[in-house]
Amino acid sequence: MTPFDESSGQSGRPEPPASAPWAQVGLALTLFAIDPAGLRGLWLRARAGPVRDRVLTALAPLAPRKLHPFVSDEALTGGMDLSATLTSDTMQRHAGLLAYPGTLALSMAERCPPGLAVRLGQALDQRPGLSLIALDEAAEEGEGLPSALADRLGLFLDLDQFAWGETTEIRLQHRLIAMAQARLRHIAAGEALPRLTRVAQELGIDSLRAPLLALACARAQAAWRGGERIEEADMEVAVALTLAQRATRIPEEAPPPGEPPEDPPPDPREQESDRENSPLDLPDEMLVEAARTALPPGLLAQLQTARAARASRGASGAGAARKSMRRGRPMPARTGKPGTSARVDVIATLRQAAPWQKLRRAMLPAANPDRLLLMPSDIRIKRYQDQTDRVLIFVVDASGSAALARLAEAKGAVELMLAEAYSKRDHVALVTFRGEKADLSLPPTRSLVQTKRRLAGLPGGGATPLPSALQVALATAELARGHGMTPTLALLTDGRGNIALDRSANRAQATQESAQLARAIAGKGIASLVIDTSLRPKPPLAELATQMNATLIALPRADARTLSATLRTAIGG
Amino acid sequence: MTPFPFAAIVGQDEMKTAMILTAIDPKIGGVLVFGDRGTGKSTAVRALAALLPPIEAVAGCPCNSATPEDCPDWAEISDTSITTRPTPVVDLPLGVTEDRVTGALDIERALTRGEKAFEAGLLARANRGYLYIDEVNLLEDHIVDLLLDVAQTGSNVVEREGMSIRHEARFVLVGSGNPEEGELRPQLLDRFGLSVEVRSPDDIDTRIEVIRRRDAYENEHAAFMEYWRPQDAELRERILAARAALPSVSSSNVALHDCASVCLALGSDGLRGELTLLRTARALAAYNGAKEVTRDHIRESAPMALRHRLRRDPLDEAGTTARVARQLAEVLP
Repeated sequence: MTPFDESSGQSGRPEPPASAPWAQVGLALTLFAIDPAGLRGLWLRARAGPVRDRVLTALAPLAPRKLHPFVSDEALTGGMDLSATLTSDTMQRHAGLLAYPGTLALSMAERCPPGLAVRLGQALDQRPGLSLIALDEAAEEGEGLPSALADRLGLFLDLDQFAWGETTEIRLQHRLIAMAQARLRHIAAGEALPRLTRVAQELGIDSLRAPLLALACARAQAAWRGGERIEEADMEVAVALTLAQRATRIPEEAPPPGEPPEDPPPDPREQESDRENSPLDLPDEMLVEAARTALPPGLLAQLQTARAARASRGASGAGAARKSMRRGRPMPARTGKPGTSARVDVIATLRQAAPWQKLRRAMLPAANPDRLLLMPSDIRIKRYQDQTDRVLIFVVDASGSAALARLAEAKGAVELMLAEAYSKRDHVALVTFRGEKADLSLPPTRSLVQTKRRLAGLPGGGATPLPSALQVALATAELARGHGMTPTLALLTDGRGNIALDRSANRAQATQESAQLARAIAGKGIASLVIDTSLRPKPPLAELATQMNATLIALPRADARTLSATLRTAIGG
Repeated sequence: MTPFPFAAIVGQDEMKTAMILTAIDPKIGGVLVFGDRGTGKSTAVRALAALLPPIEAVAGCPCNSATPEDCPDWAEISDTSITTRPTPVVDLPLGVTEDRVTGALDIERALTRGEKAFEAGLLARANRGYLYIDEVNLLEDHIVDLLLDVAQTGSNVVEREGMSIRHEARFVLVGSGNPEEGELRPQLLDRFGLSVEVRSPDDIDTRIEVIRRRDAYENEHAAFMEYWRPQDAELRERILAARAALPSVSSSNVALHDCASVCLALGSDGLRGELTLLRTARALAAYNGAKEVTRDHIRESAPMALRHRLRRDPLDEAGTTARVARQLAEVLP
C-alpha cells in the first residue's frame, strides 16, 4: 500500500459518511492491525455476504492463512511431505499453518470441533505473534464459537446488525498504523489495569484473560490516538470491543440521584481503596455503560444460549454421526495422504499401483528392480462411518385419573418411534411413575417385540413421585451415555410431584428435590423436553422446564401420532 | 518465550501444592486440574516444567533413558553419551491418533527405504517427565483406555504390523479441563493421584495482581523474569531437598489409621485412596521439613487426594470438596 491509498477516500468517488457503529468496526480492524499479537484475534460474527466481504477486504493486507474446521493435524503442525519424499527418495517435510507468526482465518468457526478449538487456543497461548480471525457464521440459535476460542480472541464484531446501505469501504491506514505500533510499547498500563479488571468483574466475566485483552485493546487505541497514556475514552473503546460480548450480566443502571440505594452501602474500607486506585476519579459506571451500549439488544442472550448449547453438546464425550478414519462401518477407500488421522489401506494402494509398474519401470530404468514403484497418487486411505445412537427416554406420569389415557398414548408414541428406529438408529426407553416411586418399565431398546410385551398392562393411578422419576431418568440417561449413546429425555406429565424420594407424601420436599434433580439434568447437558398434557398450562411445570433447560411443549390432548410427530420435530429427527 | 515463573502465580495455592507434591514424589500419580477458563491451569503446568531440575539422559534415546543399558533395542542408538535435558513435558493434543501416542511403523523409512522401523510416539517422549492433556474430558475414549493401561503398567507395548516393541513409559499425568464441557469417566478420574478445583479469584485485589504480573511478563519480560528467578530457584531447592528427605519421613501407625478411617468414612472405592493419601501426606511432610507424618499433613492432603474418588450423588449440590471437609471434621477432630 502506498500513502496514496490513505487519501484516496477524499479524492475518489464520494462515500456517505459512515454511521457511528460502522466507524467502530473500522476502528476495531485498525486496532487489530496495530497489535494482532496482543489482541490474539478477532471474533467476527457475520453471515457470508457483501458486508462481511468489506471487512475481509480491509483485512486482506494482513495476509491471513486460511483454515477450515476440518483441517487435518498435519496441515496445522506440519509433517512429512509425502509427494516430495517419494519423488526425491529423501525425507521432505512441510511446515504447518501454525509454524509461523501471522494471522490465521478460520472459516465456519461455529462448526469448529472442540479438538481443533483447543489446539488453536494452545497455539495462540504459546506462540507469540500468532493471531486468529474466527468467522462465525452462526445461523441458528444455539450455534456459536467454542468457548476455548471465544475466551482467547480479543475483539468481537457483530456484522449482522448492518445493512449494506449503512456500510462504507474500510481502508486501513497502514502508515499511521505503523506509527502507532512504534508507540505501543511505551504506553504503560497505569490505572487502566485495575479499572478494566474491575469492570470485567462487574460484568460477571470470570476469565482472567478478558482484562488482559481489554488492556491490550486500550493500549492499541491509545497508541492509535497518538496518546502517551491510556485515557478514559480508550478504556471505553476497549470495554465495547473486548468485554461487552463476554458479559454474563449487565449491572442495572444506577438509581437516579436522590433516591436512597436499596443495597446497604459498601464497606467504607473498600470504597476508600477504590478511590486510591482511581485517581482519574471517574466512576466505573461509565465503562459499564459502554458495554451496555456496545451490544445490540438480544445479542447477549443469543451468545449465552450458544454457550449453553455448546456446553451440552460437548458434554457427551462421544459425538453424533460422523465419518471416521479409525472405526465404524467400513466405507470405500479413497485417495488421500496417509496422515496422522488416517490409515493407509494397503491392499487398495497396491491394487492401484500394480497396473502401472511396467510403465514406471520403463520410465525409471535406474530404479531398484526389487522395489515396488509407488507414487503418491496410489495411496488410498481407509474410511469408516461412525455414528452414535440416540436414545429417547420417555418419562410418563402414570398417576391420577387421566393416567390410563396418557399412558396409552405414550405407549403408542413409543411404538411408532420404534417402527422408524431401524432407519433412524434410535433407541427408546420408558420410565413410568405412580404411587410411591418410578420404574424403568422399558430399558433402552430397539426391539419392537420386546417393547410390546413389556408395555402391555402397565398399571396407572395413584400419587405423583416426580423426584423419583427424574432420578431414574437421570440414571438411565447417564448409563446410556456411558454406552456411547446420546440421550434425550421426554417428560409427559400434567402436574407436580407430591411424593418425595424417601416415599413420604411431602409436596414441599418433593418440589425441592425435583428442582435439584432438574438442575442436575441440565448440568449434565442432557437434552430434554417437558410435555404438559394438562388442559390448562401449569406454571410449576414451566419452572421445572427452565430448571431442566428443557423445551416446554403444551399438548393438552396428546394422541400417539401428534406426540411422536412433535418429538421428532423437537429432537430434530 | 520462557514460561511464566511458577513462584509468580498468584493464589491457587492448592493447585501449586499438588503440582509440587507430584514433583517431589512422582509415584503419587498425577494431578487433575478442573476449573474455569483463564485461571492459569496450563500456565502452571508449563511453569512447573521450567522449575524442575533437568534430567540426565542418553543423548540419542527417544525415551529419555538414564543409562545406555536402559535404552530399548529397537532405538538403534548410535550416540550413547549422557546429556542433560529439561524435564520433558509432552502435550497430548485432542484428536491425536493411537499411532502418535504409542508410536508406530515409521512410514517414512518404510516408503523411502523399504525398511521396517519403529517411530517412537508421545509416550516415549514423556518417559521420566510429564504428560499434559489439556481438556482431558474431551479426549476420545479409545485414547483414554490406552493411557490408563500404560499409566498402570509403566511400560508401553506396541504389537502391530509384525513388530513387537516395548519401552518404559513412566510419567506424571497432568490433566486439565473445564467441567462445563463434560465430565471424566470414573475410571480415569480414579487414576489421577490428586485432583484440584480452581476457580477465578473473586477478590478484586487478587485479580488485579494477576493481571499486573501477566502484563509485566508480556511487556517487561526480561526484568520480570530476573525479579522472579531467585524465588523460583528457592522453590527448586526446596523440592530437591524434599525429594532427598522423602525416604526418611516416617509414618506412624496412628497416621495409617487416620488415613484408613478418613477413606472409610468417605466410602471411597478401593484402596487406592488410602495409598495416595498416605503418599501425599508424606510428600507434604517432606516439603515442610517434618520428620514424621502428622494429622495436619493428612488433613491438608485429604481433599486433593480424595475428592475425585467419591461416589457421585446428584442430590448433593455442595460438591465433593464440601463432603470431604465435612467428614474430615468428624473423623480427625
